[in-house]
Amino acid sequence: MSVSSFFQWLSTLSPWLQIPIVVGVFVIVVGLILFFIEIAPRPGRMYTIIRLAACVLGPALVLWLLQSYQWAIGAAAVLGLLFFFLDRRAKGGQGSLFQLVGFLTPALLLVGVGLVVATIQTTVQSFMNSSSTQFVGWDNYVWIFTNPQNVRVIINTVLWVLIAPIVSTAAGLAYAYFIDKIRGEKYYKIFVFLPMAISFVGASIIWRFMYTYRPPQGEQIGFLNQVIVWFGGQPINFLSVEPWNNLFLIVVFIWIQTGFAMVLLSAAIKGVPTEQIEAAELDGTNGWQKFWNVIVPGIRGALIVVLTTISIGSLKVFDIVRTMTAGASNTSVLANEVYTQFRSFEAGRSGAFAVILFLLVTPIIVYNAIQLKKQRELR
Amino acid sequence: MKTLRRGRVLISAAVLGMTGLALAACSGGPGQTNEGGGGSGDNTVTIYGTIADTEAELLEQSWADWEKENDIDIKYESSKEFEQQIAVRAQGGNAPDIAIFPQPGLMADMAKRGYLKEAPQAVADNVAKNWTEDWANYGTVDGTLYGAPLMASVKGWVWYSPKLFAEKGWEVPSDWQGLLDLTAQIQADTGKPPWCIGFGSDAATGWPGTDWIEDIVLRQSGTDVYDDWVANKVPFTDPKIKSAFDEFGKIALNPQYVNAGFGDIGTIVTTPFGDPASALVKGDCVLHHQASFYDGFITDAGGTVAEDGDIWAFLTPGFGGGDASGDVVTGGGEIVGAFSDDEATQKVQEYLSSEDWANSRVKLGGVISANKGLDPDNASSNILKEAIRILQSDETTFRFDASDLMPSAVGAGTFWKGMIDWVNGTPTDTVLEQIQAGWPSS
Repeated sequence: MSVSSFFQWLSTLSPWLQIPIVVGVFVIVVGLILFFIEIAPRPGRMYTIIRLAACVLGPALVLWLLQSYQWAIGAAAVLGLLFFFLDRRAKGGQGSLFQLVGFLTPALLLVGVGLVVATIQTTVQSFMNSSSTQFVGWDNYVWIFTNPQNVRVIINTVLWVLIAPIVSTAAGLAYAYFIDKIRGEKYYKIFVFLPMAISFVGASIIWRFMYTYRPPQGEQIGFLNQVIVWFGGQPINFLSVEPWNNLFLIVVFIWIQTGFAMVLLSAAIKGVPTEQIEAAELDGTNGWQKFWNVIVPGIRGALIVVLTTISIGSLKVFDIVRTMTAGASNTSVLANEVYTQFRSFEAGRSGAFAVILFLLVTPIIVYNAIQLKKQRELR
Repeated sequence: MKTLRRGRVLISAAVLGMTGLALAACSGGPGQTNEGGGGSGDNTVTIYGTIADTEAELLEQSWADWEKENDIDIKYESSKEFEQQIAVRAQGGNAPDIAIFPQPGLMADMAKRGYLKEAPQAVADNVAKNWTEDWANYGTVDGTLYGAPLMASVKGWVWYSPKLFAEKGWEVPSDWQGLLDLTAQIQADTGKPPWCIGFGSDAATGWPGTDWIEDIVLRQSGTDVYDDWVANKVPFTDPKIKSAFDEFGKIALNPQYVNAGFGDIGTIVTTPFGDPASALVKGDCVLHHQASFYDGFITDAGGTVAEDGDIWAFLTPGFGGGDASGDVVTGGGEIVGAFSDDEATQKVQEYLSSEDWANSRVKLGGVISANKGLDPDNASSNILKEAIRILQSDETTFRFDASDLMPSAVGAGTFWKGMIDWVNGTPTDTVLEQIQAGWPSS
């Protein structure tokens, strides 16, 4: 039983029955929300208990309806924090540790089950054989690091992390800086931000058409090759020319992420105090110096966030590789290999790849957290 | 006012309590499986497979009458990503009732891990009656029968134009060396590459290359080596397998011989396997190696398949010296496995393994089956009749497509990828080591 099966059941009824049921469900949900808003500021043990119950039942309801741990974890965290603060307000500001624990337990439990246990399980799996029945020690890791093809997968992933974040952040920053405060800035922004609205798979299909190769004697149906042929060149087989094909895949990712970088950095540039910029201008800096010595230090925090976010994104890139080449011609990356091994019933090898991916992501996240903390201290 | 408020609280508490009870009563967390898979009702059977587009319509047509008679609703769903999706769906508890596996190896993987239900007795009886022992073995894992074969194809045909051959005085070769000589002769006569090869097939790119290798291994090294190769007793790195790659390389890696109508050697990987059909019909390409199902593609491209028509085919010749009197062929086919054992599902399984279904489907054209109860006259074209004759003949040495029998980590993984790398210029030894590395550890 989940949302989809509820709708399936609903669709079997006559339309006249459906209307009251849909309206009824809607009224119940709205009623619940209103009820919580209504009792939010009220003190008293009774209300605390009701709110506690909601912290447990809310996520349970989400888990059951959406069949997704992630959403349930999110719901539990949001509800727990929300009710904790509401309850503090109701108590006249006396938040006790006991209350905090009470309200956040469901969320922590779900995080434990959904993330921590999964991580431990995967790690254990990576030391077991393909059907997870026998302990095989480091065999899966040895298998990964002794096969040139698998080493190549790791190298490809590193290549992604080196190129994609830097290029898309640089492009986003340059673009944001150039269009800052000019007429029609909004429209220029939309223009670059639009690819963000396309899913990775959609973008991959679009780009596969861009890259499509046809032999020189035939009609070119790929845009890029048609342009090359118009200029009198030979069509290039973009997706199977090693090692450049990796770059052509990374281009797709950059195309999407540049918009993301541009929007965040543009907002950060606007946040640089005008006094500083004016002072720099009075000191007679040229545009280049102003950019490097005033703007960039001023948006350092935003730059780090953007770089780390895109780095994590490029580490776990899967859909682009899967859709465009399925990992053929040495374009496979870690996440794609995790999937490929898993569907070949090689849980151990798949787990080992996943652990390597996890180890690669960890330092970036740790660095990110440290930087955020430092910034908070500065303020 | 106060009482009112308390009443409100009570009501809301009651509502919450009721919700909690309702949740506890019918909740299943993630990963909960529906009994009978696919969430099917009593009379609905979901089938999942790779057969798509026109072929899928014909498939649904083939059981339409039977559905009405038996009041069972068969819902067929196809996916080009079947090989990847079926494992994910089974492991995620969202399996269909029946799956049509194009690779016995994949089916064996699923069966070994306990996802599949044993075939019902009625199916076992049909298999015993309608199929040879070889074929029955493809649906058997560790002595248990899990499913019956469905359709079949004979692989290893070399498609050519009889008209053009007669005009130029070229002869159909009788052994492998003859085929190489013929290739050289055509190249000399026309000044163009004779062969067209297309490996492209989306996520399954590379499989047409494995067919070549399998044909050569079977003809050059015989059935014992072939069987040992499938069982990983003869590794890919063995000289016998390497020699098959070398023989294939004499054609596929020679820029003078490929890729007719498409470009250089690099285009082999990017040419979808269906495209050479139109090159054949147009005459851009003289020779093409592909299974019996290709006659549908050639017909679609506007050619007629007949011994005196535009296009006909001869079987890839052997290496001579063999003691087999009949044909030596590789072939493919599907096995029908079930994830559910409810009554409707078993009825459908039984019907699909019967000669009635085989005849019903073959009449609609384009395919054949190795079912012994099949009347060859029902086949839609001469090449298919020929293929049925080969399948039903006791003289024939038949071996199932090796990559389909191997575990999917190799058969639908490193072997495909290896063929791509090999054509793209990776040294043979490296490729063979990489393919071999894909074998499951345990």
